[in-house]
Amino acid sequence: MSTRAFGSRIKRTVDPALLRGEGAFVDDIPLANPLHAAFVRSPYARAKIASIDVSAARAHPGVVAVYTGEDIGVLDREMPLLIPHPSMTDARTQRPLAKDDVYYVGQTVVMVVAVDRYTAEDAVALVEVDYDPLPVEVDIEAAVKPGAPLVHATHPGNVAAYFVQVSGKPDETIPQAEHVTKIKVKVERSTAAPMECRAVAAQFDAVTGELTVWDGTQAPISVRGGLASIFGLDEDKVRVIAPNVGGGFGQKVLLFYPDELLVPMAAMQLGRPVKYIEDRRENFIGSSQERTQVHEIELYAKKTGEVIALRDSFLHDTGAFIPYGIAVAQVASTSIAGPYRIPNIWVEFTAVYTPTVPVTPYRGCGRPQSCFAIERAMDQLAEELGLDRLEVRRRNLIRDDQFPWTREGLLFADGLRVSLDSGQYAKALEMVSDRLDIPGFTAHQGKALSEGRYLGLGLGFYVEGTGLGPYEGGHIKVHPITGKVYVNTGLTAQGQGHETVFGQIVADQLGVAVEDVILVEGDTRAFDWGVATFASRAAVVSGNAIYKTALIVRKQIIHAAANMLEASEDDIELRDGAAWIRGTDRHAPLAAIATATNPLRYAFNDAAKAATQFAPASRHDGPPLDEGQHPGLEATDYYSPACATWAYGVHAAILEVDPDLCSVKIHKYVCIHDCGNMINPTIVEGQVMGGIAQGIGGAMYERIEYDPEGNPLNANFVDFLIPYATEVPNVEVLHLETPSPLNPLGVKGVGEAGCIAVGAVIASGIEDALAPLGAGKFRQTPITPSMIHAALVAH
Amino acid sequence: MPRARPGTSVPSVSSDPRARVSITINGELVEREVSIRMLLSDFLRHELRLTGTHVGCEHGVCGACTVLIDGKAGRSCLTLAVQASGHEVRTIESLAAEDGTLHPIQAAFQDCHALQCGYCTPGMIMNIVGMFESGEPLDLSDEGIRLALSGNLCRCTGYQNIVAAVRKAAESLPAG
Repeated sequence: MSTRAFGSRIKRTVDPALLRGEGAFVDDIPLANPLHAAFVRSPYARAKIASIDVSAARAHPGVVAVYTGEDIGVLDREMPLLIPHPSMTDARTQRPLAKDDVYYVGQTVVMVVAVDRYTAEDAVALVEVDYDPLPVEVDIEAAVKPGAPLVHATHPGNVAAYFVQVSGKPDETIPQAEHVTKIKVKVERSTAAPMECRAVAAQFDAVTGELTVWDGTQAPISVRGGLASIFGLDEDKVRVIAPNVGGGFGQKVLLFYPDELLVPMAAMQLGRPVKYIEDRRENFIGSSQERTQVHEIELYAKKTGEVIALRDSFLHDTGAFIPYGIAVAQVASTSIAGPYRIPNIWVEFTAVYTPTVPVTPYRGCGRPQSCFAIERAMDQLAEELGLDRLEVRRRNLIRDDQFPWTREGLLFADGLRVSLDSGQYAKALEMVSDRLDIPGFTAHQGKALSEGRYLGLGLGFYVEGTGLGPYEGGHIKVHPITGKVYVNTGLTAQGQGHETVFGQIVADQLGVAVEDVILVEGDTRAFDWGVATFASRAAVVSGNAIYKTALIVRKQIIHAAANMLEASEDDIELRDGAAWIRGTDRHAPLAAIATATNPLRYAFNDAAKAATQFAPASRHDGPPLDEGQHPGLEATDYYSPACATWAYGVHAAILEVDPDLCSVKIHKYVCIHDCGNMINPTIVEGQVMGGIAQGIGGAMYERIEYDPEGNPLNANFVDFLIPYATEVPNVEVLHLETPSPLNPLGVKGVGEAGCIAVGAVIASGIEDALAPLGAGKFRQTPITPSMIHAALVAH
Repeated sequence: MPRARPGTSVPSVSSDPRARVSITINGELVEREVSIRMLLSDFLRHELRLTGTHVGCEHGVCGACTVLIDGKAGRSCLTLAVQASGHEVRTIESLAAEDGTLHPIQAAFQDCHALQCGYCTPGMIMNIVGMFESGEPLDLSDEGIRLALSGNLCRCTGYQNIVAAVRKAAESLPAG
């Protein structure tokens, strides 16, 4: 190969179409005269449904169908529990349409299908539902207390799950501690808020019996499997396509949302394409959210600052249902010791039902919460022991020679062991210290203070288990006519640039240009083995599967080319779209090799003619295809990780707080980041910077606000504050590349990395800045101006 | 699951009052009869199949639906199609050359990795085009560009690369 694509800053091949407005998102797919769905949603957090009257809605001109829970046949059931776990008893999931009870404001009660969305919404307003409201408690700390109103009568104390994990021997170690630091922290609820809301469209072909569903999902293969089984259709007759998807961040991986079942049902019943395009308000009240956790964390330390044991007890808000199981809480609990050795860990959580939008993973998935808990606790420990914040971390970081660092006894969200596989943690800390001149900051801060300015240094270290299994696959086929390389995997992309990074992996092995690698994913007809896009797993799991597949195809090409060029396989090199005898001009183009390896030779084009100029691609007697041989250049292989691979990083910022305005200005923000070998540094940086922007939102602005009756108060982009360009600082991203020893490419995931540490960075920075004013501690995010004001006034 | 019965008659149009609109879209006069409450965004997307204009919030906050109306950036989700009658509208589809060659702002977005999912991108770019074509001087400082972008939400990129793309585009465009 002349230049290696892997590791290069190659421009994304998907961009021109998106930039020209030629993307095909679900609502862009042209359907023949589609009908449109809209939902009647519960206006109460908890109520009994006394009656539903849809007669006026059904009579409304332009309305085609109105469905209540009584009208949906096999769909009138609780939806699947995605990840069962013994810590849950009788886990509750939602019905597509509510029956008898509603459990949160926004829950779907009735579906209207009409000629257009305008008419459907008119009819929604004509549906009369009588509710008998019930008392509610939305605060998780109050919800677990005796006497609190129950979300589900089946679950006393509103406890959805309770789980304890232990690593090492905390009980025996704790008495040896010379110092104990205890703090309580809280992270508030946020939401992914992808720019494209969720969307689903379905079309049933009565001639072929095929159901086609376009779904803005992160998990088309799973959606297909679920639809086929619930509707009793052959899997082969259900095709699910995730076309261009406008951001996901975890919210689009839940299956099922009610509409994902009801829209295909309506399309089959009504004989017309049906679509449901969620609007922004519905995204706020109907699509999953995440984050609320309250941690009480205790660090047991030596006077040196070495932490010998950790106890953490936390409450996790799962909303009205727990369809995704305990994944978020489990990730939080297994990430609680961060990058520190802390060999003895006791961590328990209680997942709590609240009458609010159900909780499933949102980018970070429990990691921002556990990072906030451990990092705020480390700062507090440093303060109590009179140590520098960096020094206390240095004394606890896992050393380079201690990897793999296994936390025996803890099981990650994939049910596999927690083993931090590689890293240069101390070096990362030194890099961030150098870059921000942290040793010189105290003087800088003092000088500013003398001028009446309040500067603070924020710091946060994080780890991230990435690349979760169970597996993904790769399929590669060199097209026998064009010589272009088609690649499939079971994922789908929402902006991550899969086509480019997977193209880079394949291009190197097959000696072709990245533009000549064409990725088709997100379509169950293209490839239907696989899991989904989540948990920072695409590059690790699909990347390695595609790499392994490429090695097989590479071998096939070299074998065929050696035959065709009458050379030894050892002398064949692949580059510039051809196989060459090394050191000579003699070569066979890939298209010719692909043609020659297919015994059926129509002379469609020059490649086919060229193929006849060479010796046969296969040397065997008998029929054109040898026993066990397949035509062409094609292979499928899989990668199944033994456990997660752990990325990490450290962020630091210098910020300034104006105590009069209670505003925060971030002057400098540095991120040291290590995701192993980088396939495309530009894309890695994009992922990190985007994550940091979401982290800034969570740290300072974003909070889903419920009133005591469970009414969402800011279910729109005016009141729920997502950072604009004016709220996000410039970020400097510096890389370390410590290869993962766990997979052939040495890669680790990066999708969620950016957002994890930001809350800890901002809180520690504000606390540091306002320490001279005695403002106290900041242990809750988002930190709003009102909270800063309250902290200053309380002093 | 019950299937559609043969001969099921399903209506196709609403009973909304309709009105005739004539709008110059990307330089071409388009005349249609539409529901009087149809949004310009829906008109562009579903009547004309110009689906490059996206809808992110339907209340004028996110900027994804931004188009140029008589040369000025406007929210197509807050504009009725009938309001646009008699006016000129430009959408993202008007920018690239016939052969697909990207407009300098589009090219700068690709060069700077200023898009990820691409959903907010057309609205973002139309806003920027409006600024470049306004004849007003552009403040190309970091703060100036960020302020200029502050009508558009992006949830993927963290904006930094979009700021870089605007600056890069300014190198090749005769801005204000």
